[in-house]
Amino acid sequence: MSTSPFRRASILGVVIGLAALTACAKDEPAAKDDGTGPVSVKATDSACDLSRRDVKSGTSTFSVSNGGSKVTEFYVYAEGDRVMGEVENIGPGLKRDLIVELPTGKYQAVCKPGMVGDGIRGDLTVSGDAAAQVDEDALLKQATASYQRYVNSQAVALEQKTVEFVSAVKAGDVAKAKALFPVSRTYWERIEPVAESFGDLDPKIDARVNDVEAGTEWTGYHRIEQALWVSNTTKGMEKYADQLLTDVKTVVAKAKTVKLTPLQLANGAKELLDEVATGKVTGEEDRYSHTDLWDFQANVEGSQAAIQALRPALQVRDAALVTQLDTNFKAVFAALDKYRVGDGFKPYTASEAEKKALGAVVDGLAEPVSTVAGVIAKK
Amino acid sequence: MSKRQGLSRRGLFGAAGAAVVTGVGGYAAHSALAGEKSQAAADNGPVQFHGPHQAGIVTPVQDRLHFAAFDVTTTKRDELIALLKEWTAAAALLTAGRDIGQYGAVNGPDEAPPEDTGEAVGLPPARLTLTIGFGPSLFDQRFGLASRRPKALVDLPHFIGDNLDPERSGGDIAVQACSDDPQVAVHAIRNLARIGFGRVAVRYSQLGFGRTSSTSRAQATPRNLFGFKDGTNNLKLEDAGKLEQHLWVQPEDGPDWMVGGSYLVSRRIRMNIETWDRTSLGEQEGIIGRGKGTGAPLGKADEFDAIDFNAKNADGQPKVPTDSHVRLAHPQFNNGAELLRRGYNFVDGSDGLGRLDAGLFFLAYQRDPRKQFIPIQQQLSRHDTMNEYIQHVGSAVFACPSGVTPGSYWGEKLFT
Repeated sequence: MSTSPFRRASILGVVIGLAALTACAKDEPAAKDDGTGPVSVKATDSACDLSRRDVKSGTSTFSVSNGGSKVTEFYVYAEGDRVMGEVENIGPGLKRDLIVELPTGKYQAVCKPGMVGDGIRGDLTVSGDAAAQVDEDALLKQATASYQRYVNSQAVALEQKTVEFVSAVKAGDVAKAKALFPVSRTYWERIEPVAESFGDLDPKIDARVNDVEAGTEWTGYHRIEQALWVSNTTKGMEKYADQLLTDVKTVVAKAKTVKLTPLQLANGAKELLDEVATGKVTGEEDRYSHTDLWDFQANVEGSQAAIQALRPALQVRDAALVTQLDTNFKAVFAALDKYRVGDGFKPYTASEAEKKALGAVVDGLAEPVSTVAGVIAKK
Repeated sequence: MSKRQGLSRRGLFGAAGAAVVTGVGGYAAHSALAGEKSQAAADNGPVQFHGPHQAGIVTPVQDRLHFAAFDVTTTKRDELIALLKEWTAAAALLTAGRDIGQYGAVNGPDEAPPEDTGEAVGLPPARLTLTIGFGPSLFDQRFGLASRRPKALVDLPHFIGDNLDPERSGGDIAVQACSDDPQVAVHAIRNLARIGFGRVAVRYSQLGFGRTSSTSRAQATPRNLFGFKDGTNNLKLEDAGKLEQHLWVQPEDGPDWMVGGSYLVSRRIRMNIETWDRTSLGEQEGIIGRGKGTGAPLGKADEFDAIDFNAKNADGQPKVPTDSHVRLAHPQFNNGAELLRRGYNFVDGSDGLGRLDAGLFFLAYQRDPRKQFIPIQQQLSRHDTMNEYIQHVGSAVFACPSGVTPGSYWGEKLFT
């Protein structure tokens, strides 16, 4: 599978609904644009043409058709690449709608052919009534709602990708299982603090061999990872694959209903970077597959998603911190980009010096991220 | 008077001349006066080496540690016994604040290397204690000790999250050197290791500072590197009854050679200092279960206030969280089990990633690890929220026999 939607974290922002219109729209002509209806977006491998770049504040619909040869995505970004809305996985020849609530302001409309990189960008201006009200309580409420939608989207993808991974394991397809292992873990790692909050599920899904005491069976991703990479087999893994899927489904069901507070978002963002600092930089997490950098990236993406959800509230309270966070998130992603290969990463067999450099840039990000909770809690 | 201005060993030796007293095992003390004079140096003075229990267990915890685990390299029982005799004699001198050997550090022949390495010359005894323990591996077939292994000297099980480095774990013999002066502690281990060359080899050693427990009510509770007071509820030497119950091996426990002794568990606990430091104060306090400033249990005002595990916050949650360290480790939730802890902070420079290689070198003495350390640590490893910030990277257990009487040697009863 080369369609892993592996990229930066995306918050669903204030998306009202992601209409799953997957109708084939190959020959449909571009909608006429009278300035009030849906904005038609023609995405190709090299262009991202919008029928207009000015919309009224309130609810807008973007009708995205993919005329290119690569799977694409469409985003509306607010400042700092905060995702206001996104549609993923738009295959060649397909059309999907993005319905999104946009307050007055400057945005960017972005297509990502191949679903990697910064994408093809253009301005989008939203005008209309007064600027979005700056009611801090409302902003915090929006933050949790927004992040909850993010958790939801990741949980759904986690289940889908785990189904694929588990199927490969049970089919005895070692190569495919190896390819899917880091992909399915990506969704897990992005929302790990939420998943971890469900008590005994985290150890069942994600325990490493030394996290298990005598008398308890070692199960989960890393149990299968060991078989795949150390023994190069799926033999005997069938029951662990079934168990993994059962446990993941339980987590997903719970994650969909989880209620979070703004402080939990802030702390979750910090915890994800702790995970990077203690488990990923060191290479302890995926010690057999050396796919640690996938998890690394996903943790940082998840952290960024939580911070981005809080961004409007943070902007009001501490604009300088927002700028610093933007800069430092970029620095981490830039450091990771050096290890990219295609949609994924090189095996993490970095030298001590390289690990140290990665650790330093994570520390640089984690310090300001750790101050977010205090800023959010201030009355 | 600062520590460095204490009684000069060198000066003392000069005054005493070559009044050599032959000690146990052929080692010589320089002067019978040394002990008395050292005593005058108030709290820099010596701690009595001989006694019914080994020193360095209930002794009010000194500020510094040098702990060494040895592998026995000889396979000859006689050589091991000879070593223990030499070590015991040297330990009696070292703890008294004297040089070892016939001539000490600087008064020997020009042609010979000095018997004593010399870095403690001029330093007071600084309350040095030397405590010995025997690890499970000593009780294999090499020395005919298999049948003497105490039942309580079990191999520790794997605890959740353990990431043990074998090179920092185990050991046939441990020597714990504690002193208020780091150089005095290092001097002791260095000289014992030197005496042992050819018979034992250092397996690993650990320096520690800033004692993280108090073993006497006269001592203030110190802080660990998380910045919290540590050891508030420790067993204290004043609790005579409790010491018999929780610390010293009793006649009914057996084996005979361990009666009056105690079992030591050592754990090198690495702290993720950097991630801990970016954790909010409220979360830190919730993890520990105590206030960071006062050390008081959450919901209480004073450090030594009894912990109220039933008290609830307005939201109905316990004031002392159920997964807090203080609750999980508390005797009330561990069948009454208590430990005498005397661990130390360590910072061994930084690791390859530029992070402080820091943590707690946990040392705990007890009557039976099967009823004390093991169940407590099983509970902690399963539930303690602190586990996000620590990793156990070294581990060992030792049987520390009862004290040495004049004329006997460390562990004599084990070999007779």
